Amino acid sequence: MSEGMSKIVKTIASAAFPFIMIYGLYVIAHGHLTPGGGFQGGAIVASALAMILVAFGSIWTMGKIKEKQLSLFESLGAISFILLAFLGLGFGTVFFKNFLVDNNFLFGMVPETGSTFANFNTGGVLPLMNFAVGLKVIAGLFAIVLVMAYAIHTKEEKL
Amino acid sequence: MMSKRTILAVTFFAIVALFLCFSALMMHPFGEPESPEMDESIIANAQEETGANNAVTSVVFDYRGFDTLGEATILFTAVAGVILVFRRLKK
Amino acid sequence: MIYNIPYLAVVALVLIGLYALLFKRNLIKMVIGVTLIESGVNLFLITLGYRENSIAPIYTGSPGGIMSLPVPQALTLTSIVIGVAVLALMLSLVIHIYRHYGTLDVRKIRRLKE
Repeated sequence: MSEGMSKIVKTIASAAFPFIMIYGLYVIAHGHLTPGGGFQGGAIVASALAMILVAFGSIWTMGKIKEKQLSLFESLGAISFILLAFLGLGFGTVFFKNFLVDNNFLFGMVPETGSTFANFNTGGVLPLMNFAVGLKVIAGLFAIVLVMAYAIHTKEEKL
Repeated sequence: MMSKRTILAVTFFAIVALFLCFSALMMHPFGEPESPEMDESIIANAQEETGANNAVTSVVFDYRGFDTLGEATILFTAVAGVILVFRRLKK
Repeated sequence: MIYNIPYLAVVALVLIGLYALLFKRNLIKMVIGVTLIESGVNLFLITLGYRENSIAPIYTGSPGGIMSLPVPQALTLTSIVIGVAVLALMLSLVIHIYRHYGTLDVRKIRRLKE
């Protein structure tokens, strides 16, 4: 697990990585129209990053991304999620209010009832929350996998 | 025959198995839920109240957004615990 | 009685997980047992929300008809994420125990060793 695998595996893994990442970001972004959302798309992108970790070895990956940067991304996602919840308290009346439902500015249209075509401009505050939770899940799951794979090289320490 | 611990474990397992099988046969038939009034009102009003086409996402983030906040906290606590166990000595 | 087969599948999953948790001596096998019990509970939550001849509760290009209940599906999503968090913490503690004691047999890890 410390060194990577052979050259064929490294080439195929770096060729397949952008496609899986685009598919995962598509599932996150269209969470209010098709099945999916923040948690499911975040798991897909974290699997793509784990594939890179297995193919290239844990020493090379730890040299590229430290866990401090991943912790920064995760905190950013959590803070923006709580900020969106508090903005509902500021604009509307209650804590998690959907304050972007009926305006002409940003994600504001209301679809007609029944079976319709998919319109990306709908949803209110839901797509922004999907992005925040997706960022949090990506950073969190990849940080868990990276720290546990690098655990061979750390010294033993009494907790 | 075996130690006392094995006899205790087998007895506990048999009691739990009997209880679970008995209650699985006495459930309501598969396909007719008991009282679906709350879900029917969510399905009927979800498109004009939240503006999203997906009823499950609107339940997760709009009607029950507080549970998603608790789940985000659980994810954060798990990542913090795992990084804490494997921290490195700075010598 | 033939219509209760999904509930019997849930009972089978929970019993197999309980057997692996009670009667095995390796720590990794006990962790697998806990994960099996959690999978059984998730399956039970999903089968509570099914209606006869229903479609998914999504309005984009839906063919029309009655829809299944969306609230148990949302609760199962939360439960899966909680299962992942508990599994990550359990495995990291198993690695730490193995470094300290040198063995994974649960009967030899008894006293506070110095």
